Formats: sequence, C-alpha cells, structure tokens
Amino acid sequence: MSTRLAKQGRLIDRSKKVTFTFNGNSMQGYEGDTLASALLANDQMMVGRSFKYHRPRGVVASGAEEPNALVGLGQGNRFEPNQRATTTELFNGLTAVSQNHWPNLEYDIGAVNTALARFLPAGFYYKTFIHPKPFWKHVYEPFIRQSAGLGKAPDKDSRDADTYEHFYAFTDVLVIGGGVAGLQAAKTAAGSGAKVLLIEQTAHWGGRAPVDGGDVDGMPVDKFVEQLVSELETMGNVTMRNRCMGAGVYDHGYVLGYERLSDHAPGTQGPRHRLWRIRAKQVVTATGAIERPLSFAGNDVPGVMLASAMRDYVVNWGVTPGERVIVATNNDDAYRTGIILKQAGVDVLRVVDARPTAGPLAEEARALGIRVDPGKAIAKVKGGKRVKKVAICNQEGIGGAREEVECDAVAMSGGWSPVVHLWSHCGGKLIWDEAQAHFRPDPSRPPLGANGEGFVLAAGSSNGPLALPEVLTNADAAGKAAAKAAGFKPKSTKAPKGESMSEAAMEPVWLMPANAEIGLRMKSWLDFQNDVKVSDVQLAAREGYESVEHTKRYTTLGMATDQGKLSNINGLAILADALDAEIPKVGTTTFRPPYTPISMGAIGGEARGEVFQPIRRTPMHDWHDKNGADWEPVGHWRRTYAYVRPGESVHDAVNREVKNTRENLGLLDASTLGKLIVKGPDAGKFLDMMYTNMMSTLKVGKCRYGLMCSENGFLIDDGVVARIDEDTWLCHTTTGGAERIHAHMEEWLQTEWWDWKVYVANVTEQYAQVAVVGPNARKVLEKLGGMDVSKDALPFMEWRDGKIGDFDCRAYRISFSGELSFEIAVPASQGQAFWNDLMEAGKEFGVMPYGTECLHILRAEKGFIMIGDETDGTVIPQDLGLHWALSKKKEDYLGKRAHSRTHMADPDRWKLVGLETVDGSVIPDGAYAVGSGVNANGQRNMIGRVTSTYYSANLDRGIAMGLIKHGPDRMGEIVEFPGTDGKTYKAKIVDPIFYDKDGEKQNV
Amino acid sequence: MLTLKCPFTGAMLDETELHCGGEAHRKRFGPGSSDEDFETYMFVRENRKGVHFELWLHAYGIGKWFIAARDTETLEVYGTYPAQTTEPPQDIKDAITAKRPGWSWREFE
Repeated sequence: MSTRLAKQGRLIDRSKKVTFTFNGNSMQGYEGDTLASALLANDQMMVGRSFKYHRPRGVVASGAEEPNALVGLGQGNRFEPNQRATTTELFNGLTAVSQNHWPNLEYDIGAVNTALARFLPAGFYYKTFIHPKPFWKHVYEPFIRQSAGLGKAPDKDSRDADTYEHFYAFTDVLVIGGGVAGLQAAKTAAGSGAKVLLIEQTAHWGGRAPVDGGDVDGMPVDKFVEQLVSELETMGNVTMRNRCMGAGVYDHGYVLGYERLSDHAPGTQGPRHRLWRIRAKQVVTATGAIERPLSFAGNDVPGVMLASAMRDYVVNWGVTPGERVIVATNNDDAYRTGIILKQAGVDVLRVVDARPTAGPLAEEARALGIRVDPGKAIAKVKGGKRVKKVAICNQEGIGGAREEVECDAVAMSGGWSPVVHLWSHCGGKLIWDEAQAHFRPDPSRPPLGANGEGFVLAAGSSNGPLALPEVLTNADAAGKAAAKAAGFKPKSTKAPKGESMSEAAMEPVWLMPANAEIGLRMKSWLDFQNDVKVSDVQLAAREGYESVEHTKRYTTLGMATDQGKLSNINGLAILADALDAEIPKVGTTTFRPPYTPISMGAIGGEARGEVFQPIRRTPMHDWHDKNGADWEPVGHWRRTYAYVRPGESVHDAVNREVKNTRENLGLLDASTLGKLIVKGPDAGKFLDMMYTNMMSTLKVGKCRYGLMCSENGFLIDDGVVARIDEDTWLCHTTTGGAERIHAHMEEWLQTEWWDWKVYVANVTEQYAQVAVVGPNARKVLEKLGGMDVSKDALPFMEWRDGKIGDFDCRAYRISFSGELSFEIAVPASQGQAFWNDLMEAGKEFGVMPYGTECLHILRAEKGFIMIGDETDGTVIPQDLGLHWALSKKKEDYLGKRAHSRTHMADPDRWKLVGLETVDGSVIPDGAYAVGSGVNANGQRNMIGRVTSTYYSANLDRGIAMGLIKHGPDRMGEIVEFPGTDGKTYKAKIVDPIFYDKDGEKQNV
Repeated sequence: MLTLKCPFTGAMLDETELHCGGEAHRKRFGPGSSDEDFETYMFVRENRKGVHFELWLHAYGIGKWFIAARDTETLEVYGTYPAQTTEPPQDIKDAITAKRPGWSWREFE
C-alpha cells in the first residue's frame, strides 16, 4: 500500500493538517502536499479510469506531465474538470472527484471495453462506423458523443465565480524554469545589468536538484539553491514569479506566462489566474527534462510509477507509493530511487536493469543490500486496481522463462527527454542525441527574431545535459549568451562547480522484453490517457501509416490533454522500429502551445460581461431607456428596436409606430448613421472612384443617394452624400459602416492614390441626428421656428444650415420611409435637448418615437434596400435593380471593371423582386424559394431566397423582398417557400414598391 | 505576434496594434483591362515562403499604411517603409540581398 512515511517530506509542514475530500470521502494531508501526494498518503492508488478502455489508473508522475491523475475539482460555479492532481496544491476544504467512470470509480460499466480491447484496435472508429451509412447519424454518433470527453463539463448555467487578468511585461531576458539551471542562468544574465524575468511553474525553486542531490561549490545542492534564490531576490533588475508557467513562445520574443495566483488558496482577494503577455529580447528555456516510462505489459496498473516521481514523493512529501518496490530501468539514474526508498526504510526487492552492466550508483545500491538483476526485464505486471506481482524475464527474447515476484509498486525509468516544447513552439529545430536517446535543441537552428538572429536559448537539462556539473556550466553559458544577445556585457564570472556521481551510459529500451510477444505488446501502454499501446502503433505501421503525424491521428497517440509528454518518444521509437527507419528520420510531431492547458478565464482576462465589448450609446440613449426601449445591437451601437408601452408586446409597439409615422409624426434617433467628411481639392474626383454614381457634379446644398462597391464589384455600403462647399462633401454611411468605410477610403488614399489631395474625417459621434418623419413633420419644425423648411426653401434632396428653435443645426430633406422627412443634425451635446423640444412641440401633432424595426418596415414598404439584408457580400447593384445608380459617364470607379466579368453579367443571377404571400401571412426570414426538379444531392432546386420579410400594419399583410432567378421577368407568378415549420408559403412575385409607388408622400 | 517598426514614427509596433492588408505592390487594373490582368490584380498572390512584401496598417495607432519586407519562413524583418511607393526602396532590397542573395519577388530582385 502507499502510505505516509514517519520522516522526510521537505515540502510539507507536518504541524499543519489539511482536510479534503475525494469522491466524497474525507481525507487528511499536510500543508505543502499536492493532491496527488495526499491521495497516495491515504492509500488511494487508483485515481481514475482511462479514456477508451476505462482501465483503472493511478498516479504515474509528480508534475505537469501526469497523464492519469485528472480530477474534477471544486463545486458549483468553481467546478473544473481535468485538473491534474500532481500540480494541484492541497488546501483545506478541497473537493475532488475522479473521472470517466459509471456508476463509480471502483465498479465501472465502461470497463467492459477492456475485455473488448482486442476488437477496439487503432483506427477502430474509422473502420467500424462507416457502414451502413444511416447508422452514423442515428446510432454511432449518439453513442460516440455519449462516451466522448474525459471530464464532466461544468453545468451550462454556472458562471465562473472568479476573476482573471492580463499583465503586460517587457524584459531583456526571460528565463522559463526555476530549477538550478534557470536560477543560474537568471543570475548570470542579471549580472550583466540586463532586466531579467524568471518564471517557474511550481510553487518551489530548485526543480529536481534538491531531490536528486549532489554538491555545488562544496555545499549540498539544496543549500546552493537557497543561496541563489536569496541572491536573486535582492537584485533590483530581477523579477521572480513562481506558480507561473511559460505557456507558449511565439514570434519575435512574445511569450505567454500563466500565473496561478490563488488556486492553492481559494478566497484570496484578487484574480485567480493572470495571463502574462511578455515581450522578451531573449528567452532562456530552462524547462528541465521528463522521464520516460518503459513499455512493458501492465505498465498502466496503479502502483507503476516513474522512478523519478517515486523519489519525489519520498523526498518532497514523505510518501511512499509502495512498501515492496521493484525498480525497472535502462539507466543509472533510477538507482537513486532505489537508494532513496531503501534509506527511507522501504523494501526495495530488486533493480531490474535491462543493461548488462551498470555504473557506480549500482554499486552504492548493492552496498545498501539491494539486489541488482542486470540484463533483465519486466515481462508483465499483474494486478487490477493495484500492483500485486511482477513477472521478470530476460530483456533479450520474447518474454518467456518468467520469475514472479510479489510487490506493490514498480518504479520505471526509460531515460530522460528534455522538455523541448518551448524551444520548438516558434520553430526551433531538434537533433537526435544518440548517446542519451533523446531529441534535444539544435543550437544552430533556434527560433529567429525580427533581426534574423536566434532569440531562444535552451539551458540545463532541457538542452540535453543531465548531470549536475554540466547542467550548471550549460546554464551559466546560456545566461551569458542571452545577456549578450540582449545588448549587455556579461561579467566574466566562473560557473559554479557541481559534483555528482558519475553515471554509466544508458541504453535505449523501447520495449521490454526486446521482442515481446503480441500478448504482451497488447498490454504495453504508450499513451496512458488515450489508451494507445505498442500493438496499436505497430498496427498503424502495418496498415501503411509512415508519417508520424498521421500515425498520431490514427492511433490518437499523444492527443490527450497531456499532449504526449510521456508517450511521444516511446511511440515514435516503436513506429521507427516498425518502419525499419531511424528515429530522427521519422521525426517528431509538432509541439504546440500551451505547454499544459491554461484556463479559458485567463485567456479572456478582464474581457467578460460588460467590458467584453464596449457599447456605443447615442446622446439620447438614456431617454430611450427610460421610455421603453427594447434594445437591439447594431454594430457596437445599441439602437431602440421599438418603444414598448406598458401593456404592449414588442410586436404591438412596432405596429403602432409604423401606423403613427405614416399618419402623424415619428421621431427616429439616427445619430448612429456614419458621417464622414471628405475634403480637399481632389475630393470630388476621389468620391467618383468610391461611389458608383457621380458625386463630383453634385451642387453645393444638394444631396444624392450613393452606392459603394468593393473593387470586386459587390455592394458594401450606401447612404446619402451632401455637398457642403466647393471642396467638402459629407458622406452618410450605414450604422455599422462608418469605421469600415472610413478605413476603406483611407486605404485607397494611402496605398493607391496617395498623390490626391484629400482628407477623410469620421465625425459620426460629433452630431446627434434626428429623423423627423410623417405628414406632420414640417408642422412641428415650423412650430419650433427658425429656418424656412417650406417645400420651396428646402426642397427634397437638399440641405440647409440654420437654426431650428434654439439649436444650430443642419437639416437634410431626405427620406428613408417615403414620408415627408427631415433629418436634422445638431451638435452631440445638444441632442437630448433638441429631442426633448421635438417631443414637447410634437404633442399636438401626434408625435411618437419609433425604433429600428419600424424603420425597416417603412423602408420595405417602399422597396428600399438595406445593406446587410438585401446584400450579403455576393450581391451587385444590378441584382437589386439599381442600374440607375451606376454612372455611365465615369471611366472608372471601384467595382466597374468587376461588373463586366462574365458571372456578374450573367442573366441567370437572382434579382430583386417584391413578394406578396397569397394568404397574407409572413414568409419566414431566410426562406428559400424552390423550383422544379432536384439537385445532385436529392434536394429541391433553389431559385431564390427571401432577403427582407415583415408584417406591414399599414397594408395589414405580410410583405417581403427577395432575390429570385429571372424575378423581374416573372411578375405575377407564384413561387413556393418551404418553411422550417413544415408549412410551404406561397407568394406572388410583385414590384418591390408596396406603398405610394409614385413617391407623392415625400414630395409635399 | 510579430513586431514591426513604424516607418513614420520609428516606434516598435506589436502585432495586436496592427492590421495586415495582404500582399503589397499590387498594380491596379481598372475598366478596359484584360480578364487576365484583372484576375491577376484581384486574385493572384505570390503567397511565398521566404521573402515577402506585405501591407500593414497601424490600426490602433496613427492609422498609417506601410509595407513590411519580411521573411515568412524565418520571420526575419528586412525593413519597413511607407506604402506611398510603387517599389521597395534600394536599402530594403540591399538588406534582403545581404541575407538572401539572388532573391526575387514578382518583378523585384
């Protein structure tokens, strides 16, 4: 059983007990424990089940690489699935639940999959779920969706109770990793005067060194670490952050750091996570190395653990994962585990070493009385929910002639792989190190910065060297090189001198025993989380998968939440062997950020709720809000959809507004419409290029409706243009279009016609604009007094500057409703006062404010198009019957050349028509018109679609516009629109102008 | 997350402040041009691995367009210059030649 030792545990405080629950059972640990160490101390060997076969799984590692010990953490609004127990610091009241089982961890129905494993090989899904075709939708997909996903998603109604923030940092040198190498590199770099930021993912400095031991400059390495940390803490140019992971390295020295501020102490004030957005001149990755598992049958049984993790649990947390332990290895380092266990009083039954000979550490182990078996291998681990015994055989051979030994834990070590993730994220290349059988950074091919020079340096064991002396000299050199590359002069100091026991060479062992028979290979796990075995990768190779990227996707090797930190190299070696190729030829899969999963909250930062996107408000926003506004987002603006009175539905309100505006007087807040000033000697020429119609000939004082196309010919915006003076035009854009069209104009002015003398200014927010609409519009303005707004003084499509009531204003006689209409712009600061005066003066004329839905219905009754309804980026003016707005006089304008392309001139293009339902109902929005016959997919042929559809209170019927093939030639024909409600709507093709066809009402 | 130097102010700009406008030095073909020329102008792009010229807008800043000569493979930036030009300045071309002798990009080399 796994248990707490009486002594040891450098990170725990035995005087401070901590209570937590696992699957509802109350357990105790100490302050300084991780959830994993505390679970092991409580003999909780089994902590979850695997994804595919639901096999019992236990803790296998002690850090970020852990694939098995994933739990659901917290409750309610703080519940989070898939949290690694090995990186979760224990606190009082922690609640954890295990994952991927039903009904519970001990008894799980899904475990039947393991019995079926023979029938669930690699690519099972691809092979099985293809036929019969209808089964996919009705049987396979629901089944797979049911069983997919490891943890439980948080309740959909819960909201994250914590806050998060982003933090911007700029530094000369960023050191990622606070082990001995990172600390030393930071110190050396900082010695040059460079600004250094040092981040470490765990809560502790020093990394593995205090566990693995050795001496530096004559003192034990843990003392050396303490000294280094206190030195760095006093340096003004050094910033240190623990619990802060280097998540990703990106272009030109951009790095994301993920700081977990209060995961270990919930309830602490301030944000829970902080995303560091770092720009560094130089990055030193001192990210250490990760031990590889060995591939032998049953290597996934709870109790089988990485050798390094096992000694971490003993030294750091005073926990032993077993009482009778067997060590399996292909290198000297694992002997340290045997020695440490033995010294802690644990029974170390033997070290099974695949190599024929071992180094001095083996001698030390033997001297302690540990039996060493050279040339031996583990044939099989027996046990279900925990290790019961181990069968030992010769490493050479297929795994026969086994000797069985009873034990309760196995420590395994297949050698070490440098953590090259951060080096690789932005294009750093790797080389294969034959001696240590691992990939390490190729210093001649680092990721390059803006100046074409490398900006990442690897230091310490993440660069290849594993022994303390080399780690320190390597880190010292990296610190100096980084400072120099960042423009500083490093001091000529000596690297600290490390001493550790010399080690004999490791020997690559990719399978144990070397020629294990198929029964063993089918139980030898590579990827613990996704259940990929040696036999799966071999099968993939036999089926023709040669590329490691394809094999990964076919077998799902390395695709779990741990991203193959333990499994990739072993899987790669098995694949290379199966393909009879060399490992470096097969290559690695791509390392992608983040290094371990980071929270969505951290990515979002402060940008949630109201601050996610700022809302733009018109000067009259508050009035609308107080007067029943039903809000509608339009671009970043909020506009009033309708002003709902007590007792009314929104629909009632819209109908009331629609009728009142036609019969009496309506006010619309039109402030959101874009207003761009285009000014300069070449402004007319420029606008002739921007608009399809002629703007340069517009007379001062007059207005013209204009269309804008992209160079590709498609409609992008429309609006009324007014000529203000000889070299000034004011262009109205759509509400959502102001910034876009402003940018569009600037782009053409700066990148194509940069010699034209034109300025463009966006003055949208400088003005409040009110549309005064309806038969009584003139009356209310005359009552307020001021400028002459008579038909003769201010004719249709003209504008005047002047005063209305107390307000300086510009009045445009333009109409988007077909009624007598004035759009009056006043300074934004006067908007509310002007609106108030209009409402007051308008009382006797039946004034009512109206919203955007009324605006839409009024324009649809008149057959006016709306950008975004009648257009969708594929519609040209000709489709909408707007030929009259395409200048024939102009040689050139944006879109003109495109309109002569064959597809644009195709007579079969769908064209705008009005649609009148036969029974007066309203066609559903977005409905398609169907014709005779079916297409290749057996669907009915489409001949058009609805673009705008409304109930018109004025006409008391549904009206719509749509684009129909040959529409204008088919007036009077009936077309069918199948709805998603099962009904088919029949509509007659009619002229799009439903109301006041001759335009008499606006011309009074 | 590139950093580019603003050729107008000399400030180092972060990619989050910028908007990429696609390939630079496109020659406009308007009415009267052949289908082939118009197609090339509208749709055909170099999309090169290696030396490349791109339009960038300092969108969250001074609102100016400029051109970056950079390497899409190594991410090296050879230089930036105002967009108000029809061809790369000589010093930019020299900087590219120093790193990529014999380079060519459309009609430039």
